[in-house]
Amino acid sequence: MNTELLGVIGIFILTIVLAIPLGKYIAKVYLGDKTLLDPIFNPIEKFIFKISGINSTEEMNWKQHLKALLSINMVWFFLCFFVLLFQGSLPLNPDNNPSLTPDLAFNTAISFLVNCNLQHYSGESGVSYLSQIVLMFLQFVSAGIGMAAAAMIFTAMKERTTEKLGNFYNYFIKSCTRILLPLSAIVAVSLVFSGTPMTFEGKNAITTLQGDHVEVSRGPAAAFIAIKHIGTNGGGFFGANSAHPLENPTYFTNGVELWAQMIIPFAMIFALGFFLNKRKLSNIIFGVMTVGFLLLVIPTVISEINGNPAIEKMGIAQVTGAMEGKEVRFGPAMSGFWSIATTVISTGSVNSMHDSSMPMSGAMQLLSMMVNAFYGGCGVGILNYYIFIILAVFISGLMVGRTPEFLGKKIEAREVKIAAFIAILHPLLILAGTALASYFAAHDTAMGYWFNGNATGWLNNPGNHGFSEMLYEYTSSAANNGSGFEGLGDNNPFWNITTGIVLLLSRFIPIIGPLAIAGLLAGKKYIPESAGTLKTDTSIFGIMTFAVIAIIAALSFFPALALGPLAEFFTLK
Amino acid sequence: MKNLFSLLKLTVFTLILFAVIYPLAIYGIAQLAPNQGKGEIISVNGKVVGYQKIGQKFDKSNYFWGRPSAVDYNAAGSAGSNKGPSNADYLALVQKRIDTLLLVHPYLKKSDIPSDMVTASGSGLDPNISPQGALIQVKRIAKERNLAEAKVKALVESKINTAVVGPETVNVLELNVALDALR
Repeated sequence: MNTELLGVIGIFILTIVLAIPLGKYIAKVYLGDKTLLDPIFNPIEKFIFKISGINSTEEMNWKQHLKALLSINMVWFFLCFFVLLFQGSLPLNPDNNPSLTPDLAFNTAISFLVNCNLQHYSGESGVSYLSQIVLMFLQFVSAGIGMAAAAMIFTAMKERTTEKLGNFYNYFIKSCTRILLPLSAIVAVSLVFSGTPMTFEGKNAITTLQGDHVEVSRGPAAAFIAIKHIGTNGGGFFGANSAHPLENPTYFTNGVELWAQMIIPFAMIFALGFFLNKRKLSNIIFGVMTVGFLLLVIPTVISEINGNPAIEKMGIAQVTGAMEGKEVRFGPAMSGFWSIATTVISTGSVNSMHDSSMPMSGAMQLLSMMVNAFYGGCGVGILNYYIFIILAVFISGLMVGRTPEFLGKKIEAREVKIAAFIAILHPLLILAGTALASYFAAHDTAMGYWFNGNATGWLNNPGNHGFSEMLYEYTSSAANNGSGFEGLGDNNPFWNITTGIVLLLSRFIPIIGPLAIAGLLAGKKYIPESAGTLKTDTSIFGIMTFAVIAIIAALSFFPALALGPLAEFFTLK
Repeated sequence: MKNLFSLLKLTVFTLILFAVIYPLAIYGIAQLAPNQGKGEIISVNGKVVGYQKIGQKFDKSNYFWGRPSAVDYNAAGSAGSNKGPSNADYLALVQKRIDTLLLVHPYLKKSDIPSDMVTASGSGLDPNISPQGALIQVKRIAKERNLAEAKVKALVESKINTAVVGPETVNVLELNVALDALR
């Protein structure tokens, strides 16, 4: 057991240590400084932009950034939607998997577009290799979009007054080629040599040792799984995601995949410090996030190691902790740690089934996504935190009677309104969705077109845990996370369409909001720091931000958590 | 309209870069990996009996058993049970598994049974069990196969994978292949 904890701590520390140089590198990439891969990718990018007729050097204001971002996302949505809709008749389909239903194709295309990867299908039987590859493309570019948005905000935070905030296409392509692609390649190669398949052959029929016939699914998995983690996407190649022994074959690959999903979110925070030359600010942000993360992860690991009290009562040995939904090669400590890492950072890949986690762990997983501001997904993590900074600046400004300012820019009514709207949208989407689904489940409504049968049919567990399944699905959608309490019967028009809408709103509005705030602030007069300035790079301000996050999360979500995992926790005691 | 056309072209080129060149490069490197990246296989006398990483069903009494599986070890699909820890039906199922194990291994005390032997794995294809999960089956196997108990126990112990960090595991397929070779 002790070596299991050692593994967890080791991976966490290693990621932090490596995130600092990577952060420096990322800052260089966005500042346009010379970097290692320029000789390879500069000519390729130049060629692509020339043929496409896109000017990648023209400086854009925040509205132009937004327009470019939204239009290219629309193109990708239709591309992916049609591939999924017609995959049955398209090439690269050795297992002859059928085309997706329109509502499932809608949900899947959106969910990969928005970097969520909520998967209402199972990889082995649900999608063709062509679809997997198109989905993999979205895993790259959706992460690139988040990072490009963050890069624009970095640029806007500089101490000057300007409308010119760099070029969207430049930030986007550089995020993909200089950061995501090389890191993915490293991860993919280490997976391939640890036993993850990378083949275009279909299922293999074999006779097992005791004489049963089985078919074994394979595929071009290693390349997919690498970007799935590097880009904090989380969509699995196989149905069981990173619990699948080909997707995550060993304790070593588990470490690699864990590292891969944490590294860019960590590094982006340090990148902010290097970019603005404000190391202290980024250290404080990282510190607040780490405190929040540890508060979530410690109870989870403990409750998983302790095992299920109900099974304890049956008198068997739980030396290996709670094992339902877990793999022997990872054990409870690593599975518990992963479950929080993947929910705090919007990855959503799982190496154990969260539906079978202990109630306290379930509560922590939910809370991670409800807060949605500790580390966070590629690029967008820092966008979410930015909103809370604005609110904290405003509130502390009021408390001490100073003009609210952040990095030399006055925060006024318009910015605070946008920030407040974004902060409220997240709980609104989650709770409204859960309320709707629970209403149907509580009345056991006949759902007609929307679901085959009565509404309680979509639950895999009764009582409080059933409520948690519905709450988790909307929380995961609104946090663009993609993990699930997978027992929920979610491949039907009701869940595909409602979560699809939540996904769209909760991706793009929280990008539009921070971009707008940053853009507006960048255009304002720069006020040099003076004795009257509220300092934002101090631990006091860090605590203030943490308090704002905690209060908003607690006030919005405590009732829902009490009905779900907390109630289950007390019944199990 | 011109703008849309530009975006389409940008999409096509990035698609080629990330969805064609990148996977093909990894595919090329995979040719150097064990079994050319098609998944490591285990053969007995030249006949493929399984994938090293993929758990398979063992329910005959002369083989070591793996963990319960929510998909009955169907390797063309994978899933956990997704049962919540307080679900009464689920807890009844666990109780039934304990009772079955006790019935088949009458020499066992309840507290000998590790939880991984009565709970379903996350993938339904877990290739491993805990060392304790293998050790509790030794006596049964020895009897079924007319082997000395000490010999079977030594075999299990030789098949325990330990690492610097992480849990100890026993690969059930490898153990059973070695068991078949044991005289």
